[in-house]
Amino acid sequence: MTEIVYTGELDPRLCKSVLGETIPALAAEDPDVIYLDADLMSCIGTGKWAKEHPERAVNCGIAEANMIGVACGLASAGFKPIVHTFGPFASRRCFDQVFLSGGYAKNDITVIGTDPGVTATMNGGTHMPFEDVALYRTVPGATVIDVTDPACLISVLRQCVDRPGVKYIRVGRKQYARVYSDSADLPIGKAVTLREGKDVAIFAAGIMVHEALQAAKTLEAQGIQAAVVDLFTIKPLDAEAVARRAKETGAVVVAENHSRHGGLYSAVLEVLAENCPVPAACVAVEDEFGEVGPQDYLQERFGLTAGHIVSQAKAVLARKD
Amino acid sequence: MEETKKRELMAFAVKIRMAALEAIHARGSGHVGGALSIADLLAALYGGEMNIDPRDPKKPDRDKLVCSKGHAGPAVYGALALRGYFPYDELRTLNRPGTRLPSHCDRNKTPGVDMTTGSLGQGTSLACGMALGDKLRGLDARTFLIVGDGESDEGQCWEAFAFAAAKKLDNLVVLLDWNKRQLDGWTDDVYPMGDYEAKFRAFGFDTAKVDGGDVEAIWEALERTRKGEGRPFAIILDTEKGHGVPEVAEKVMNHSLPVSDGEFERWTVRLQAELAALEG
Repeated sequence: MTEIVYTGELDPRLCKSVLGETIPALAAEDPDVIYLDADLMSCIGTGKWAKEHPERAVNCGIAEANMIGVACGLASAGFKPIVHTFGPFASRRCFDQVFLSGGYAKNDITVIGTDPGVTATMNGGTHMPFEDVALYRTVPGATVIDVTDPACLISVLRQCVDRPGVKYIRVGRKQYARVYSDSADLPIGKAVTLREGKDVAIFAAGIMVHEALQAAKTLEAQGIQAAVVDLFTIKPLDAEAVARRAKETGAVVVAENHSRHGGLYSAVLEVLAENCPVPAACVAVEDEFGEVGPQDYLQERFGLTAGHIVSQAKAVLARKD
Repeated sequence: MEETKKRELMAFAVKIRMAALEAIHARGSGHVGGALSIADLLAALYGGEMNIDPRDPKKPDRDKLVCSKGHAGPAVYGALALRGYFPYDELRTLNRPGTRLPSHCDRNKTPGVDMTTGSLGQGTSLACGMALGDKLRGLDARTFLIVGDGESDEGQCWEAFAFAAAKKLDNLVVLLDWNKRQLDGWTDDVYPMGDYEAKFRAFGFDTAKVDGGDVEAIWEALERTRKGEGRPFAIILDTEKGHGVPEVAEKVMNHSLPVSDGEFERWTVRLQAELAALEG
């Protein structure tokens, strides 16, 4: 049963702790689940369990391309690999291996890329992927998820284990604003309407869901009714929901912690262009590399705040007929 | 090795060469040189060394082959067709629209192909995962991994070899096809890699170096890999790119070649004579 319990408060759980509990739990439930990491087990709290269960967890060292290949080889033998490393190393660093050894060869693996976009904070530009979604979207048959909160993370990770194809889950390791109840069941590929509104539709994913809900409150105070839709599944996109909301409101804003090129904005525009071309705008990273800093600074620096969503919502409304 | 077994394997190698050429000639061109250099190795593997069952190509405890130099597909297909995985005549469909025999190996298309390869280097990690999987499942099965010498320019190979040693994959057998040539010419000119055996030893492998055109030497080296003792194996096969067809071997640039009707006939006649002598 999925309840929306959003108040704007942070969920007390760190997502790294959620990963550190959920991966061992999935392994305990299914003997085919196997976990691989590239020397970052300690970053998601799986290290102790991995040491105690060497037959269920493989530390592949700092060699991500090989790790993906090993995971794919295990998949061909019937295992269900869950692979983790930081987002840039889970995408750019090993993309050809994901594409060919995984997608093309039909070796089904789940890849978790932590610290997407500005959530990489103090690790800075080398560790800050604004393009991981764009890359994974091009893998035929892939599933691409930008996690909303801890409940969403648990729900999608459980589904990904048995889902065919390459699955990519991007999630920050820290706290998220709580959006869903603990028992949330969030079917992959299904958009969730978090707030109704007739004037403009805000499609958001990941950390931007919270910003979108804050923006909707501000807009309401100014007499603008904004719908907020969580598109945590970027691929396969819930095209029906996107087209319906776009038609109902006639104006769209997309908010993502990612480059404006190739991510959720592009995915939504592909649907709008073919179904219901309405004025649209985005709150996303411009054609830029990342940099170091605290998350609030980076969100301001790259234009990823509720304030930016409010501005863009007004801009698209002005373009409405 | 018994003389009859030796002659049987030598004959099988000749048949694999004929089959690979049959496939490539039907298409008009293909990766001739590197297919011919592994024919003797494939004869030893598919001629008795591997625990396989063509009637049950996916039985979990089978020995597996990853031809990481995936462009040698036609030689692998030759061995598989001769072992009855699919009809011999199907070899002539190589690279035709809708074929089950693409230029590079594809586990989802060809019966008997254990892993998809073609982007050089990637097969090495895949083979490590397969060998690890067999170990975790407690299966007594080996994974044979054919790697090209040119292919070993790829850094991923060495990530995988380090992994194999670190995880003590003594059910993994790397078979390095040291044919000394890559697409742009001699490997020593293009990208010299030095002493492969020393490299593998430094990585923690149990190594051997054999004449890769001698089925008996290959067979004996493979026999040693039946019982692992905590270290992966690497067998350096001293081969010749284009081996078995002098007109091909003489060309330095023989990675990919057109095969004319006349050439195919000349080469086949020669191989048939060789076969007749072995089987006579």
